[in-house]
Amino acid sequence: MSILIDQETKVIIQGITGREAFTSTRNSLDYGTKIVGGVTPGKRGADVYGVPVYDCVCDIVKEHEVDASVILVPARFAKDAAFEAIDNGIPVINIITEDIPRRDTAEILEFGRQHGTTIIGPNSVGVISPGKAKLGPIGGPVQDTNKTFTPGPIGVISRSGGFTGELSNMLTHSGLGQSTAISMGGDPIIGSTFVDLMLLFEADPETKAVVIFGEPGGNLEAELANWVQNRGTRLPIIAFIAGRFVEEMPGVSFGHAGSIVHGSSDTVSQKMSLLRQAGIIVAEEVSQIPKLVKEAIKYV
Amino acid sequence: MRFYEYEAKNLLKKQLISVPSQRLARTVEEAREAATQIGFPLVLKSQVRSGGRMKAGGVKFASAVDEVEAAASEIFKLKVRGKAPVGILVESKGDVQQEYYVGVTYDAAAKLPVAIFSDLGGIDIEEVAKQNPERVAKSHLSVLMPFSDFRAKQLVGSVGITGGDLNSLTQIFSRLIRTFLDYDLTLAEINPLAKLSDGSFVALDAHIEMEDVTIPRHSQTLTELGIGRTQEATDLTPFEKKAAEMFAGEGWVGGSMVDFGGSMGLLGGGGGTSLVAFDSIKKQGGDPANFCDWGGNFSAVDKVYQLAKLVLEKPGVEKIAVITCVLQAARVDLIARGVIKAVLEKGYSSAEKIAVFRVPGGWEEEGFRILKKYKVNFLDRSFSIDDAVREGIRNMR
Repeated sequence: MSILIDQETKVIIQGITGREAFTSTRNSLDYGTKIVGGVTPGKRGADVYGVPVYDCVCDIVKEHEVDASVILVPARFAKDAAFEAIDNGIPVINIITEDIPRRDTAEILEFGRQHGTTIIGPNSVGVISPGKAKLGPIGGPVQDTNKTFTPGPIGVISRSGGFTGELSNMLTHSGLGQSTAISMGGDPIIGSTFVDLMLLFEADPETKAVVIFGEPGGNLEAELANWVQNRGTRLPIIAFIAGRFVEEMPGVSFGHAGSIVHGSSDTVSQKMSLLRQAGIIVAEEVSQIPKLVKEAIKYV
Repeated sequence: MRFYEYEAKNLLKKQLISVPSQRLARTVEEAREAATQIGFPLVLKSQVRSGGRMKAGGVKFASAVDEVEAAASEIFKLKVRGKAPVGILVESKGDVQQEYYVGVTYDAAAKLPVAIFSDLGGIDIEEVAKQNPERVAKSHLSVLMPFSDFRAKQLVGSVGITGGDLNSLTQIFSRLIRTFLDYDLTLAEINPLAKLSDGSFVALDAHIEMEDVTIPRHSQTLTELGIGRTQEATDLTPFEKKAAEMFAGEGWVGGSMVDFGGSMGLLGGGGGTSLVAFDSIKKQGGDPANFCDWGGNFSAVDKVYQLAKLVLEKPGVEKIAVITCVLQAARVDLIARGVIKAVLEKGYSSAEKIAVFRVPGGWEEEGFRILKKYKVNFLDRSFSIDDAVREGIRNMR
């Protein structure tokens, strides 16, 4: 099994006529994703690789049951696009768009919570359930996607889009396939945290362990540690937190806006120690991950 | 964008939050003039965008003109965490009776803003939360519902404050929360907010950050208040400065380059990948020349070529290492071409100058063909980033 998406998921793409969306649509179709429609206001009647284009999400939901939307519109239109998807009852939304103001994101997420919508991102490269379907640009063209991602029992959750692929590739090369790999988004405020996604993986009987990739800054790893400590989980979690050297340079941004260290509680060493205290396996080096995963699932 | 203290206070004043009478001085002479206008006693505060200002000696008190001159000339010379001040804020020093903390920021776990109040102001709020959690009150704010003052009142009241102080603090706190929400701030903090012996409340220090991408939305207010005009005398090295100019150019998305002065020049990107590679180099005892995250949308020969040239020209760089995660959007062949072009053009041998090249992803077969042709030492996706770093360090010798 998998979480969030599978071969039956009916997907729409908002902003489908944009350049990145074009490529992403083609690659997703090639991978087997069921894309039932796209939205670009004013482009009704056009088609993108055979996918019909509509003006409004409401026009698509009249004809199809839509399970997920991929948002690939420019940042200034992203809030409206997400509200439109939420309002039309689409249960899963993956926001790929970068540079959405935090206030807009918070509004999207609050509106989404009121409607029970699951939101991945913003600033995500997508979600993939290997061998079944994918949302967003994750993996690239189908032949590359197939080298990196293979079906199997490991869940992957990553703060970094690039590392979603890197981790999955490492697992694949050690004979460990993935149930679903999620680029959760690099922004300081995102729709689904480690804890939100762990809840989904827990409910998936075929997932046997989860690998997570964290970065400096923010309180999401601390939230995960707390959650595991208070509640426990059937799934072994293998974590890696990048950017230990950043501790020597507080306030400096090394990439994602979310990765700036503000205080003493969001440094990498602090996160690693909180995760360890909660019984989560923390890899010192990224290359240890496949071995640690194999050891962990032996006992499950 | 982090505001300087004087900029933050300009915004607070506009929002009807009182601050001490004050003037910004750019020279010792201006500080003296400001002092005579405001009157004593005074506090002189270094205008740097950094914490730890008090400890470093960037805040001094004066009760006479000669003290002002001495204090000002010292502060102007003093760097705080490597940063030189852009001026000195000369401020009237009131008789403080009690200090409070009021702040608003985002909570990633709750995905909402959180308003925080404490009657133990003047110290780091994280410390207060650890030592005296009962003195810190927090509440998440809706971003869909309009803000209503009672939420601030509940927080102030919850630590036991009543009477006139409750009403004064509620008003100031509510104004700060509205400022946070209306101006796309990511942090708005008054610490300390002081009650003076005459019963008035003033913001003694303020820390405000506005989200960079929203600056255009607020350009009118920012211009009106003179915020964002001060260019910090940066401590960027010439290498960092050139990289920053390049990243600001058309077609580049993000990107960051930090000088570390070593011999192993780094090229790479992909969010967390650069962090992982850099950690690995430090752990394995390498000598990195720089941190490099080449940002998003990276698939043009010319971009790679320019960036590779910049790193190759950096003094002290003996060899370069090109390390990325498995690329999902960019093309391996284009990156190989860009790097090799720069190396050859600078008159180096591609077999010797490139310590390691580990860039898997789209078009990798074509990429590997080119790399073989130019005898570049490359690794494919079956090798980890740690492996690539080990190989790179080995080849530095």
